[in-house]
Amino acid sequence: MGIIVDKNIRAIVQGITGTQGSFHTQLMLKYGTRIDAGVTPGKGGTQIHGVPVYDTVEAALEEYSANASIIFVPAPFAADAALEALENRIETIIIITEHIPIKDAVNLMAYAKKVKATVIGPNTPGIITPKECKLGIMPAHIFKPGGTGMVSRSGTLTYEIAASLTRNSIGQSTCLGLGGDPITGLNFIDVLEAFEKDPQTKDVVLIGEIGGNLEELTAEYIAKENYRKPVVAFIAGRSAPPGKRMGHAGAIIMGKAGGAENKIEALKSAGVKVAEKPSDVARLLGKAC
Amino acid sequence: MKLFEYEAKTILAKYGIPTPIGGLATNVSQAREIATELKPPFVVKAQVLVAGRGKAGGILFSESIPEAGKAAEKLLNMRIKGIPVRSVWIEEKIQIEKELYLGITIDRVNRSHVAIASAVGGMAIEEIAAKAPEKVIKFLINPHYGFHSFHARQIARKMGYSGKQLVTLGKIFEKLYHVGMDYDAELIEMNPLAETFDGEFVAADARILIDNNALFRQQEYKKRLLEGESELTVQELEATRNNLAYVKLDGNIGVIGNGAGLVMATLDTIQYYGGKPANFLDVGGGATSERIATALDIVLSDSHVKALFINILGGITRCDEVARGILRAKEKVGVTKPMVIRLVGTNEEEGKRILTEAGIHVLESMEEAAQKVVEISKQ
Repeated sequence: MGIIVDKNIRAIVQGITGTQGSFHTQLMLKYGTRIDAGVTPGKGGTQIHGVPVYDTVEAALEEYSANASIIFVPAPFAADAALEALENRIETIIIITEHIPIKDAVNLMAYAKKVKATVIGPNTPGIITPKECKLGIMPAHIFKPGGTGMVSRSGTLTYEIAASLTRNSIGQSTCLGLGGDPITGLNFIDVLEAFEKDPQTKDVVLIGEIGGNLEELTAEYIAKENYRKPVVAFIAGRSAPPGKRMGHAGAIIMGKAGGAENKIEALKSAGVKVAEKPSDVARLLGKAC
Repeated sequence: MKLFEYEAKTILAKYGIPTPIGGLATNVSQAREIATELKPPFVVKAQVLVAGRGKAGGILFSESIPEAGKAAEKLLNMRIKGIPVRSVWIEEKIQIEKELYLGITIDRVNRSHVAIASAVGGMAIEEIAAKAPEKVIKFLINPHYGFHSFHARQIARKMGYSGKQLVTLGKIFEKLYHVGMDYDAELIEMNPLAETFDGEFVAADARILIDNNALFRQQEYKKRLLEGESELTVQELEATRNNLAYVKLDGNIGVIGNGAGLVMATLDTIQYYGGKPANFLDVGGGATSERIATALDIVLSDSHVKALFINILGGITRCDEVARGILRAKEKVGVTKPMVIRLVGTNEEEGKRILTEAGIHVLESMEEAAQKVVEISKQ
């Protein structure tokens, strides 16, 4: 169970011959993720860790019926790769690549919406349903199966909190990163909806950060829809100054908009427990010290 | 990346948007020369990339050529919010009847560009929205279909224009959209767009922010950024050159970590325990010893730093490699300031052993390490 990815995923890796693509293909295979094929234009006919490589997605799909793609293609060409996957009707795409121009992301998301595909990222660590499927770059050993769903705008901070949950014997249903860019595919509300329908997920951890107003809109959604599963949140960037991009392209306070305090207040008034420090998340889930 | 006003105006003019006639000067004689070719009165504007230039005295008006020369001299010897003025833009003063706002930016929630217009301009759009929300017109742009003349005319009508003025304003807005797309602008605005006494429209001020991630196809500006002529501080520029994310803050605890979210949370934790971070620095994934050395170099070049906090969560990055990197970097850079290191993840035992043998204290918990470094910073 879990959401979006499970043991029925059959994936392709776009950009499989690059350093990152090749390295993480090996780790994903080791985790048990089924990877049918890889795609790198110009490298068709070769193999990476036993996975056959094709020049185009179309060619790969003539041999295999993949339903997901994970993209490691460099930023200037990543949107092209994502569109290629979408046009060839791949339903779920995960874009690991960081630094994709906003204009490219805007065009890509409009097309994804039109064909009703699921896009995770860009600039995401990916998604993992422990013991079933890992499509991402996260260290696998810090996760264990269980009933807590995790959704985040950050990578290492997710690992920090996931590791602390696992240490406290709190397993996870599915963990995914939305991505650190201003324009991403899935957002918190999409993921909360999916977690609500998933019988394995008992409660949800939401890791937000400064920039935009996604957390505020999510708080509104939780209150209005009377969200049925407990939510614990952590918001990074309380000490961030306005006008500065804090590492992620999307983590920037513009004028008075996008600050941490607003987000924390909004979530609290929607009944969400907000942790002061990353290590407090496990305690607030009510299952640990 | 912010463009200078003169760059933005030059681009707008290239696309046929009316801008005041003017020129750029880096010294007084140049300024006088430019003024002789213009009709007085003049506006002399400091070219700096900080907000609030007008209030800081960076815009001067003059009636004659000698006066324009004096204004240029004054501005060129000035610092605005600490930034030296390297050039001034001299232009003909326009007779403003009314100030408008036209801009295009990103709507994150709707994942599209949004056109924003207001019949009230001259102040920040957030301020306009707060004071007169009914005056702010927003139009979401369909990414595949684009923003057309008729969209712009519909907006002009909502702003209260008709006839020839509506057509002109529509054309200007459509051109602004094309500039925004061609230059990968995260934000492009004319504020104010002036309506003159004879009913014409002129971009009295213009601002363009280029999406940093698109600089690979805006090479001219990327070059300027890396050559140092930008809004970045010395440390921020050095970080940009090395593909590190660095932000200068006003405290005394230098921070290095891997991952933007983790580093933000590290700063927050330092603040939670009463300390003040001196910077944000994300070394990213797979931190090699060279990268750690560069990061240490940049953080320590800030003289306010009293203590260092390195927070590494080794996921796929191996902790023993990071530990060796820290030692090599320490030797190379010659770190004398106290360091607190938190190192967890793959091969953490080996990493800890390496650092402990070198006399560096390693902690496991981020909270504990934060408390420790705050304590040291207050000694």
